[in-house]
Order: sequence, then C-alpha cells, then structure tokens
Amino acid sequence: MSDTSESTDDAGESPDGGDDAAAAVDAEEVRHVADLARVRLADDEVDEFAAQFGDILEHFEALDEVPETEREEDLVNVMRPDEVRDGLSQEEALANAEETEDGFFVGPKVS
Amino acid sequence: MAADINAFVTEERIEGDADADGPLADATVAVKDNISTEGVRTTCGSEMLADYVPPYSATVVDRLTDAGATVVGKTNMDEFGMGTTTETSAFGPTRNPVDTDRVPGGSSGGSAAAVAAGEADVALGSDTGGSVRCPAAFCGVVGIKPTYGLVSRYGLIAYANSLEQIGPIAGTVEEAAAALDVIAGDDPHDGTTRDLREVEGADPDASYAAAADGDVAGLTIGVPTELFEGADERVVETVEAAIADLEAQGAETTDISLPSVEHAVQAYYVIAMAEASSNLARFDGVRYGHRSGADGNWNESFAETREEGFGAEVKRRILLGTYALSAGYHDKYYEKAQDARAWVRQDFEAAFDEVDVIASPTMPVLPFELGESLDDPLRMYLADANTTPANLANLPAISVPAGEADGLPVGLQLVGPKFGEETIVRAASAVEDR
Repeated sequence: MSDTSESTDDAGESPDGGDDAAAAVDAEEVRHVADLARVRLADDEVDEFAAQFGDILEHFEALDEVPETEREEDLVNVMRPDEVRDGLSQEEALANAEETEDGFFVGPKVS
Repeated sequence: MAADINAFVTEERIEGDADADGPLADATVAVKDNISTEGVRTTCGSEMLADYVPPYSATVVDRLTDAGATVVGKTNMDEFGMGTTTETSAFGPTRNPVDTDRVPGGSSGGSAAAVAAGEADVALGSDTGGSVRCPAAFCGVVGIKPTYGLVSRYGLIAYANSLEQIGPIAGTVEEAAAALDVIAGDDPHDGTTRDLREVEGADPDASYAAAADGDVAGLTIGVPTELFEGADERVVETVEAAIADLEAQGAETTDISLPSVEHAVQAYYVIAMAEASSNLARFDGVRYGHRSGADGNWNESFAETREEGFGAEVKRRILLGTYALSAGYHDKYYEKAQDARAWVRQDFEAAFDEVDVIASPTMPVLPFELGESLDDPLRMYLADANTTPANLANLPAISVPAGEADGLPVGLQLVGPKFGEETIVRAASAVEDR
C-alpha cells in the first residue's frame, strides 16, 4: 500500500469548488478512484462511469438539505470468554485458493 | 420451468433432518446464492466466486435443515446483491414467472421467482435496501425483512453489514412467518444478533406463524404521504384499495408525514456503497475467488483480478463508495448520510408513538421490462425509495400481495416498530384474507 500514501488523502478536485464542480466527474477522477479501489477499468468503462457518476452524485447532493442530527445509538459491546474453539483446518482454509505452496497461500509478487 | 426463468444458479440438494417435525418438516427451500452452504458452491451471482465452495454453512441454513427443510438449490441474484432487477447476475437474468418479459425484481429475484413458480415452498433472500421485499412484490409473493439483529448473518457474504438481514419469501404470510420462526434468534457467531429476553418490549416466545390470524380490529395504520407521492397511479390505486379493505376489517387509518424519507435513497446508497467498497476489498484473488493470470506486482494483479471478476454495477458501487469515503468528500457524503439515517430512525420512532404499522406501496412502479433500466443506474436506485427507509431505521417490514394492475402483481409494504414482527405479520395476513 506504500505507493498510495499521498494519493489516498485526496480523491480529486476540492469539494469546495461550488455545486457545479462537485457534481461533475471527469475521466481523470474516475481513473484516480479506480486506482485507489484497485479496480482496473477499460477506457470505455471510464467514460461510461464518468457520465453516470455525474448524475448519481448530483442526486446525492440533496443530502446537503439534511439537518445535523443527534445520533443517540444504544450500542453495547458484545463479549464472550476467550476460549479455544474449533475453526477451519489448514486444508479447508486453503481449499478455495488459486495457488498454494507447502500449506500457504501464494500471492502475486509484492513489487 | 426452472430453466425457462433461470431462478437457480446451482441445483443441488442438502437434505433436511428426516426426524424433524414442525411446520417446515419436508418443506423445500431455495437459498439465495450469497448465503453459504457447506460443500455447495456459493457464487453471489458473480464471476468472482463462480467456483467458490464454502467450507461451512450459514447459521440460517443449519437451522432450516435441522427443522426438516430440504435445500433444493441456490438462487440467482444481482451480483453481490447490488441491483433491483436480478439482471446484474453473471449467470444471466432471472425472468418473472408472472410475465417472462419482465424482471422478477431484485436482488433476491431467483428466490422470489422460485417460490412464485412452485420450484420451492419457501426461499431465503437477503434484504439490504429492499432485496427481499422488491422481488416478493414483483413476483406476487410474500417477503419479510426482519428487524436488524433478529436473524443471524453468519455465513451471509457481506455487501453492507449495517443494513442487511436475511429474510424469508413464501407464497403465504403464514408460511413466511413459519420460516422466520425457524431462522430467528441470537447466534454466538453474529455479535449483532439480539437475545430477545434482553430486549425491552420484545416477546422471546413469540410465534410469528401464530400471529398470522388476520385480526386487525383496533389496529392503527399510518399512511405516509411521502411514500405515495411519485408512485405509479396504478400501484397507488391497488394499494389504497387494500388499505381500505383493512379499514373494513376494523383497522383505523391515519395520514402521517415522514419528511426524512425524501433522503432515504441518497443516504442508503452512500452508506451501502461505502460499506461495499470496504467489504469487497477482500476479493484479491489470493485466498478465494477468481485470480487473473496476468503478470504484474501485487497492486496490478489485484486490480486486474477485480476488473475481470466484477461486473459493471459492482465496480460502480465500489468506486462510488471509495469516492464518498475519501478525504475531502467524507463529510459531504458519508457524514450527511449518517445524519439522514438518524433522522429517518427518529421519524419512524415518533410515528410509532401514534400508529401500530405504516403502510405504503412496496415498489413505486410495476415490474420493469427486461433490459429497461440496465443503462440507467440512477433510475434503478430511485425504485428503492419505499424499501430503503426500513433498512436505515433497522425496522421489520413485510411485502404482501395487494392485488394486480394490468395483470402485474402489486405489493403492499407494512413497516413495524423494532422487533414488532408479530404486528406486521398479523396486518399482512388480513390483507391476504380479503
């Protein structure tokens, strides 16, 4: 994840650029977000998504009208004793992996 | 018939306990393909999991087979539950048994279609923003979205954890309620399930099936104007006629207002997409699922695997969720959506001080024709206007057939207070009785 330490801080242009700027999405922004999300896109997907994201984000803009709301959640922690229980065997855990070696998952090279 | 409507992704049986008795003994059940079944592949309607075989079963599956029900197959669905039509499945669309040129609704379209076509007595779906109720409405059957925390999600492959519940689909309210009786209850494997003995006002010994007695005398039904505005006139007329019949059976109706629900679709999609972008990060091609054969480093291989394994709607939601959570946009979208969610919850709480249940059309439209909404995702999202509020507010809701318009099924939705399943089952059974 080291190569994204800079880019994760910003998804593109400033959100303070006014209403028009916030709703419009260009191909560059779609590529940038796809990069953050680790999804490669074909060029025609990028263009299609840019157009659709503009419409969808414009619809989401209406959230601006929502008043700040008190969020009183009655949340409680759910705890259990830390006891040893059966889990998956190593064989079961590896059964769906595309590539394994000596009882381990094999991933792509890191760099 | 099954091949015609494409209700199943996989037709394999898991036999129920032959010695069990009770309402589900010898029943056949179809299980949505995002609910894990040990030894039977579970695809989520995705190329990504086309060959994935879970090493364990979901709690709900074990409870059904322990109760004597036999699983007859895994049903088709929108990919990872993302869709309102069951057309985003990698295994082709499911057709509506009522009219095979139309969609069955989604995302649990295969489950509703299987029940409507007589392929199974009962089916399980999952409902994140309406995915049990929508297909139930479009196929003319009954679907229940339980209160958040009533049914274990252990073994449900997550899309948006904070919103989703597994729920039953059946031909009648009583059958759906009987299936809910079997799958409901706390589970040590899911820390968000609640022990009803510890929930104020809940009845730990509730029998949902027994509540299907059709007795609505004295029941107060709230009718929110916001969930009728903008709906297809034919849908509104059919639903209003069903509500009038409930009045004739002794229920009272009163108009109410839920101003927050105007923002439900926006809030739902921002929250669901944000959760999806995080949840689906697990699909990296290493531990399970599709893996690209392309060379490259970890990031390149990961991106290629996900390009190949995910369909367009899943990519759309992962990207929009990533966008909504990114610095600079997080406060604008995600925080506002959480405010809207709290507002929706408060609106419903206030309404339930005055009324017992809230009635509306389940879907504001009649079933789409196949292909009609695929190129316009926003149009598809807006169809979830009436179902998403119950997920945002964690409330139980049921869709029951209200009648037909132009030969197509129309669903009436009844939303109840938290853990008020008996009330919505009772009211829905009266809709059936008329």
